[in-house]
Amino acid sequence: MAEFKPVEGQIKADTLVVGGGIAGITTAIETAEMGKKVILLERLPYLGGRVARIHQYFPKLCPPTCGIEINLKRIRINPNIRVLTLAEVESISGTPGNFEVKIKQNPRYVNEKCTACGECEKVCDIERDNDFNHGLDKTKAIYLPHAMAYPPQYVVDPKYAGDEGMKKCVDACDYDAIDLNMQAKEVSATVGAVVWATGWKPYDASKIDNLGYGQYKNVVTNAIMERLASQNGPTEGKIVRPSDQKGIKSVGFVQCAGSRDENHLPYCSAVCCLASMKQATYIRNLYPEADIHIFYIDVRSPGRMEDFYTKIQEDKKIHFHRGKVAKISENPTNGNLILEAENTLTGEIVKTEVELAVLATGMVPNTSVDAPPLDTPLDEFGFIAPNSKTGIIGAGVSSRPQDVSITVQEATGAAMKAINIGMGR
Amino acid sequence: MEPKIGVYICKGCDIGKSVDVDKLVEMANGSADVALCKSHDILCGAEGLDLIRNDVGSESLNRVVVGACSLRVFPELFEFGKDVLTDRVNLREQVAWCHPAGDEDKHTLAEDYINMGIAKVKHTAPPEPLIEEINKDILVIGGGMTGMNSAKAAGDAGYKVTLVEKEDKLGGWATKFTKVFPKNPPYHELEDSGYEKLISEIEAHENITIHKSTTVAKTSGQPGQFKVSLQNGSSSSEITVGAIIQASGWKPYDKKKLGHLGYGTSPDVITNIEMEEMVASGELKRPSDGKPVESVAFIQCAGSRDQDHLPYCSAVCCRVSLKQAKYVRQMNPNAKVYVIYKDLRSPAQYEAFYAKVQDDDGIFLTKGEIAGVAKEDDGKMSVDVEETLLGEDVKITADMIVLATGLVPSTKVDEIGETDTETTEEPAEGGDGKLEDGKKAAAGAEMGAQILNLTYRQGTDLPTLKYGFPDSHFICFPYETRRTGIYAAGAVRAPMDLATSANDAYGAALKAIQAIESISEGKAVHPRSGDMTYPDFFMQRCTQCKRCTEECPFGSLDEDEKGNPLPNPLRCRRCGICMGACPERIVSFKNYSVPMVSNMIKSISMPDEFDEKPRILAFVCENDALPCVDMAGIKRMQYNAMVRIIPLRCLGSMNIVWISDALASGFDGVILLGCKKGDDYQCHFVRGSELAETRMDNVKEKLKQLVLEEERVEVHELAINEYHKIPKIFDDFLEVIDTVGPNPYKDM
Repeated sequence: MAEFKPVEGQIKADTLVVGGGIAGITTAIETAEMGKKVILLERLPYLGGRVARIHQYFPKLCPPTCGIEINLKRIRINPNIRVLTLAEVESISGTPGNFEVKIKQNPRYVNEKCTACGECEKVCDIERDNDFNHGLDKTKAIYLPHAMAYPPQYVVDPKYAGDEGMKKCVDACDYDAIDLNMQAKEVSATVGAVVWATGWKPYDASKIDNLGYGQYKNVVTNAIMERLASQNGPTEGKIVRPSDQKGIKSVGFVQCAGSRDENHLPYCSAVCCLASMKQATYIRNLYPEADIHIFYIDVRSPGRMEDFYTKIQEDKKIHFHRGKVAKISENPTNGNLILEAENTLTGEIVKTEVELAVLATGMVPNTSVDAPPLDTPLDEFGFIAPNSKTGIIGAGVSSRPQDVSITVQEATGAAMKAINIGMGR
Repeated sequence: MEPKIGVYICKGCDIGKSVDVDKLVEMANGSADVALCKSHDILCGAEGLDLIRNDVGSESLNRVVVGACSLRVFPELFEFGKDVLTDRVNLREQVAWCHPAGDEDKHTLAEDYINMGIAKVKHTAPPEPLIEEINKDILVIGGGMTGMNSAKAAGDAGYKVTLVEKEDKLGGWATKFTKVFPKNPPYHELEDSGYEKLISEIEAHENITIHKSTTVAKTSGQPGQFKVSLQNGSSSSEITVGAIIQASGWKPYDKKKLGHLGYGTSPDVITNIEMEEMVASGELKRPSDGKPVESVAFIQCAGSRDQDHLPYCSAVCCRVSLKQAKYVRQMNPNAKVYVIYKDLRSPAQYEAFYAKVQDDDGIFLTKGEIAGVAKEDDGKMSVDVEETLLGEDVKITADMIVLATGLVPSTKVDEIGETDTETTEEPAEGGDGKLEDGKKAAAGAEMGAQILNLTYRQGTDLPTLKYGFPDSHFICFPYETRRTGIYAAGAVRAPMDLATSANDAYGAALKAIQAIESISEGKAVHPRSGDMTYPDFFMQRCTQCKRCTEECPFGSLDEDEKGNPLPNPLRCRRCGICMGACPERIVSFKNYSVPMVSNMIKSISMPDEFDEKPRILAFVCENDALPCVDMAGIKRMQYNAMVRIIPLRCLGSMNIVWISDALASGFDGVILLGCKKGDDYQCHFVRGSELAETRMDNVKEKLKQLVLEEERVEVHELAINEYHKIPKIFDDFLEVIDTVGPNPYKDM
């Protein structure tokens, strides 16, 4: 990585960006290309966050890695950025313009000599659940998070770093790159401002007990759908029924699974309508004859996204039903699912049987679980409130549920605000 | 300085196990072009790097060829000073990992790649950045909330800002809004927009100069050196700025086109803008007779989401109507409010505001389609609504109807549906292969939005995408326009609310500063950020064909009256499309040129016809298709070793002389891998893949002249994640070539 020195010990930068998803990457690179110095922290061993696990973006149906690759190229050649993966903020003190930050960088157990040749992985016998694919498959205990991962280096699952079995991997490495005794390090930094972009997680669908997630095999979430559709996912892009691995003739998308619901997430997650329409195209590409049902309260496709909705409506086998799905039950004879919804246009309860149900689960901000430091105010849903005076600025889904385009826009604005805050403005 | 070339070949990561590296070293050392060639077990290790570093010093090498892994891995390690040009030859992902070990064809492939690397560095030179005297001031066009926020952002960051507003006061639309919908938690109550505070802040700002009642009469030059003529009544002045933020805002959709919703049938049908005016007047009175308003019906999507009007959603109108419903209830607690919508759109936390409005039992919200609007005998207006939530048709009567009209960008010239296709249709092609759309843009500019009044050859304003919005990389890079150093912000760029616009303003300010700072160091801006090269034009050979000036996606090139290109290198984004366009091959970059690629092609060994070893040349876009080929290697996918890959900055930079060169040197086929084109294009230079496709017609012509089969040249669109298609694309093409037979020019 092209990074400013010193690599160890105290780092001084204009801005600290916490979170290496699309919001954080954008904030960091846009700051660096102004000629300002920036530290980009990521908790996971690779950059890219949630978007790295998405098959395609709506509405262009293009791969996120296309834009990410350009951004990574910008990061790789820019000496103003210091990327720290496996890193977390331990504490922040001070005031805008002059923050002291303590960072903990967890061990990767693989050093910068790694060439990602893969010999260690070949000899490794220990397997782990692949979190990149939501646990749908396994990786070895030493693994490359995904083929385009940045940094392009292997990582050891900390659970197995002390395992005798890992010694084989050390022996297999020609580059002296594996160090199972690697320890966490403390890094301290002084920065002018902090952009908090720790992103989101999908709402836990098992909490919506009437929708059968975790109970019926063929109820999946939209997050899982992305992995099933991806070439680098557990099925290499084949979308099949979890119960019997068969092809699909009918799918039901359940909108607002958790969102816009006082019992779950009272807010609108802003992307799920478009995400489901996009996923309907995944199904259509694989199964030209499949019937696709989308159950919704309001279809929300703002701005030019409306064009995408218009295009989807041209598909006569994509059926939009206005009505919230109240209950999902399983047909025990075939593993199909019965979706019960009140058709609010006609008032009757409609039952629709489908082979696969996809819950359009919403976004939960990670700030609602791990609050940002300095008592930065959050709203009642756990998002960072606007106009924080603490010198910590929210970007991406830390501030509101939003799609990638808006996130990039907001993150660029946050980068500018951070510079001004750091200058005492 | 004469190139002095060192070649270094890594044996690590299976390279040493799968090709005979010693033989490669021997071959390179036998080349007259090479000063020395060495191999090492781990070139990327400290010892390997020292080996190269020492040789660079002791042997005065100024060119280094590294035969190792992909450039995507360790790009920064193999840098040996600014006077030393390094090229990476990918022997790992594109040789060792995708062909069986020890294979003879694979060894030849590795040899060819090393020779191509040598030819490449021999015909390139280190970049010499163009560092010009530049001005770092910023011009903001538009004094609404977006423009004022941009001015404040840039001014606070220490840049001098000139803000131009065409009206005689600042504040824009916000000044007309009594309240705005809530953007602060708990998102329940209407808020002030805060425009007054912002006006006083920027008026008092030491770095901001404000010109009211002023427009931009002319903008010439290039980023860092824009000359802008400002017009204030009859007086004009000229300023120089480094970058421009266009925050020219929006206009409401033309209410006269809403006759089908009752506009014009009665004064009691008003727009949401007129509603703001009425609320600001302090009284809700029926326009027809001045009676107090007891009931109001809001009709959503008045023009928006309508293929006959604005096909897009204007994104704010649902929340505006919820706000106005609150106004009505606050001004007259007994009033009844009806909101008729297709889908109620209150994204994110605005759902809390929607929920709050729903709690008001005087506000009735219903989904439905409008069947008709009429004036009743009792003086009230009525709305016939179909497809309601109740499943029945209803008639709503109210004293007044408010049409929730949408947003049209100020860059939109014509009415929707008339000439909107100007920039979205496929460019027409003339008989001589020239693109016509540059001319069309120029012609369109005559009656253009005339906000920037650029003197650019390609037109007076920012090129627009659909519906008149002027962005170019919707989704990933929303600020990138096709005019370097000029950034759109706020509702001119996309329908957006005030809170989003305020933030957008900051983003655009950052991009403006970034452009200025990059240019001051001779660096390109996105997507080739940091690139220090720029195109040179060897004007003596120019035939004034104008292809370059028409095809440049960024309008870099102007023209003199004879049709000669006038380069503006600070506008350049370094895609090389001009280089691909030029039939006379007069455009070159220091490290990317027609001779460079021609020499790479000529350096490839060509087996004779009887060897039955066909050769395929692949021109591959380095942004998406090349990483995709790398991925195939990382996944250890196997494909034939007959393909020789040459990465290009963009497929649009492919000069067709290279195809002639390839066929003349005996290549049996040429394959081009680029990005998706069309409305959902993925080309980082917007038009590259589309132009490559256009040039294929000339290629076909060339093939005809040479009496060669059309099948010998193929173009494929490839997304970056479609690595699984790589083996099939290459192997299928090899089969095509087998069928067509060897290139008859092979041994000539």
